[in-house]
Amino acid sequence: LARGGCPSVLPAAVMDSIIIQERLVERLLSPRTQAQRSHPAKLKDHEKQYVGFATLPNQVHRKSVKKGFDFTLMVAGESGLGKSTLVNSLFLTDLYKDRKLLNAEERINQTVEIVKHTVDIEEKGVKLKLTIVDTPGFGDAVNNTECWKPITDYIDQQFEQYFRDESGLNRKNIQDNRVHCCLYFISPFGHGLRPVDVEFMKALHEKVNIVPLIAKADCLIPSEIRKLKERIREEIEKFGIKVYQFPECDSDEDEEFKQQDRELKESAPFAVIGSNTVVEAKGQRVRGRLYPWGIVEVENQAHCDFVKLRNMLIRTHMHDLKDVTCDVHYENYRAQCIQQMT
Amino acid sequence: PHAGPVESKNEAAMSELVPEPRQKPVVPMKPVGINASLLGYIGIDTIIEQMRKKTMKTGFDFNIMVVGQSGLGKSTLVNTLFKSQVSRKSSGWNREEKIPKTVEIKAIGHVIEEGGVKMKLTVIDTPGFGDQINNENCWEPIEKYINEQYEKFLKEEVNIARKKRIPDTRVHCCLYFISPTGHSLRPLDLEFMKHLSKVVNIIPVIAKADTMTLEEKTEFKQRVRKELEVNGIEFYPQKEFDEDLEDKTENDKIRQESMPFAVVGSDKEYQVNGKRVLGRKTPWGIIEVENLTHCEFALLRDFVIRTHLQDLKEVTHNIHYETYRAKRLNDNGGLPPMTVETEENHESNL
Repeated sequence: LARGGCPSVLPAAVMDSIIIQERLVERLLSPRTQAQRSHPAKLKDHEKQYVGFATLPNQVHRKSVKKGFDFTLMVAGESGLGKSTLVNSLFLTDLYKDRKLLNAEERINQTVEIVKHTVDIEEKGVKLKLTIVDTPGFGDAVNNTECWKPITDYIDQQFEQYFRDESGLNRKNIQDNRVHCCLYFISPFGHGLRPVDVEFMKALHEKVNIVPLIAKADCLIPSEIRKLKERIREEIEKFGIKVYQFPECDSDEDEEFKQQDRELKESAPFAVIGSNTVVEAKGQRVRGRLYPWGIVEVENQAHCDFVKLRNMLIRTHMHDLKDVTCDVHYENYRAQCIQQMT
Repeated sequence: PHAGPVESKNEAAMSELVPEPRQKPVVPMKPVGINASLLGYIGIDTIIEQMRKKTMKTGFDFNIMVVGQSGLGKSTLVNTLFKSQVSRKSSGWNREEKIPKTVEIKAIGHVIEEGGVKMKLTVIDTPGFGDQINNENCWEPIEKYINEQYEKFLKEEVNIARKKRIPDTRVHCCLYFISPTGHSLRPLDLEFMKHLSKVVNIIPVIAKADTMTLEEKTEFKQRVRKELEVNGIEFYPQKEFDEDLEDKTENDKIRQESMPFAVVGSDKEYQVNGKRVLGRKTPWGIIEVENLTHCEFALLRDFVIRTHLQDLKEVTHNIHYETYRAKRLNDNGGLPPMTVETEENHESNL
C-alpha cells in the first residue's frame, strides 16, 4: 500500500478490508479537500509541519465571492464638469443613457437632489453591487448658500439607518447604504479652490472619504496642471480640509509597490478626463476624445490621471475606503448619536 | 438598474485552495494584452486580494474547547491538531494532579503562525467533566463560560467608543470526546450535547479509536449517528445553516458518512518507510495518526482547520451569538425596533 507504514505481509481478509476502507475514505473527502490533497508539491513536502490554517484567507474570501461585494460612490460638483462621463468610464457602464439635461431657465428653481443609480457588475466571478449617488443641482443656483445640506443630510440618514439596523433584534440581512467615497469635482477653469468647494469639503470631511479631482483636465497643459495641483494642495492644508489619506505602505513591500504608492500620493488631486466614446489611436481602439490637434487617450497616463484614480478606487483602495467609512466616519457618528441620547 | 455590459470570464474564482507564499497585491500599471481587455476590464476582482492582504495583516482568533472524561486523549489530540504544544498538558499541568471536584474551565492562549498567517489560538480545557460519581448538571459551568464570552462581546459591541476589532473570546468549536466503548453513547454524552448544541458548535469525536477494529468502528459510528439523530441533537455542521446547495451536498456527506470522526492522537514521532510520522508504537505495529487507513484524524483536521474554520467562526457569530443577543435584548422588556428611549433603556441595563 503506497501510504506506507503497513507491514508487508497481511492476511488477505485484512488487506481487502483495508482497501475497502481506503475507497470509503476517498469517497468521504469533500471536493474541496480532494482538490487540496491533489495539489502538487507544497502539501507533500511540508506535510510534517503543515497544520493548514494558512488556508484561512482563502476560506474567508470564498464566502465573500459567493456573497458578492457592495460599494457606494458619491459624485459631487457643478453641472457640466464631466461627472457622469467619468463614472461611465470608470465602471464601463452607461448609467446616464436616458438622462434629460435641463437648460438654465429650468434650473433656476432647482434644488439639490439626491439620485441613486444601482448596477450589478460581475468580473471573473466576483460580483459587485455598485451604487452611484448623484447630486444634480449642486452649486448651480444663483445663491448656493448651504447647498451641501441635502448631501450631508443624506449621508447622515444612511448612518442613522445602519445604526438602527445594527442595534435591532434581527440583524441577519442588514443593508449597508453608507457612502464609502465621495469624488468631488473641482473646476479646471479657476485658480484653485472656490469658496463653495472649500465649504462643501469642510462640511463633509468628517462624514465621508473625500477624493478631490480636477475635472476636464484636457483643457490644461502639463505645467498648468502642476501649478493647479500645487495650489489646491496648499489651500486644502490652509483651510484644514481632511481629504481621504492613502494608508502608509508596509515596510516589507517591494520597491516597485512603494514607488507606485509614492507616485499615487504625489499626484493628488488627480487630474481626470472621461470619455463615453471609443476612437482609433495608433492603430488601436481606445477610450478618448478626438480633437483637430490630436487624440486624448483616457487611459494614457501621460495624458491624465484616470488610470491612477481607477487603480486607487477599485484595484487597491476600495477595501480601505470601506474600512475607513466603517471604522472612523460611522463610529464618530454613532458615538455622537449615543452621547446626544444620554 | 441593469446589468453591466462586462462579460464575466468563466474562470473558476477559486483556482487555488492551497496557501501560497504571501503574494504582493497586483497593481496593473498599463493594461497588457488584447484590445478587448483594454476596453473591458475594470478590476473588481482585485478586491479579493485587498481583503486577503488585510486579513493576513490582522490575523485571526480561534477558540476551541475540548470536553470529555479524563484520559480520553483530549490534550494530546489538540497538540496533534495544531502540531504544537498548545494544550493544558504542555503548560505545566501535572498529570498526577487530583481530578478537580467541580468542572474547571482552563483557557490557554498561543499565537501560531503559518504561511504568513497569524492565529491567536485559545484552547479551553474542561477538567473534571464527567469524572465525578454524581455528574448531574456538570455541563452547567461550561454553558456558563460560553455565555459569559457572548456577554463580553455584547458589552463591547454596545460601547460608545468601540474598539476597531473587538477581541473575540467566544467559543467557535467544541470537540466532544466520546468514549470508544463500542456499544452506544452514554447518558451523560446525550445530556451534554442536548444542552450545549443550542449554544455552541459541537463536533463529536470518538476518542482513542485504536481500540476498535475497522468493522467495530463502522458499526459504532452508525449507532452513534442514529442515537444523535433520534435524540434530535444537531451537531456541527447543522442542517439548518447550510447556505446553498453546494454547502448542503458537501455537508450531507460529512454528516451522514464521516462524522463522528474516530481519532487517534499522538505527539511522538516514529520512522516508517523512511518517513517520520506521528504515531503510537505497539508490539503489533505502528499506528500512524495521519494515515487515513488507520484513523480519521486527518479528516478531522482538514474539516476543522482547512475547510470549515471560517465557517465555524461565522456560525458562532451570526447564529449562536445573535441568538444570545436577541434573548438578552428581549429579556429587557420586549424591545420594539429601536427608538431613542429604548436605546437609552437597554444601554443602561447592560
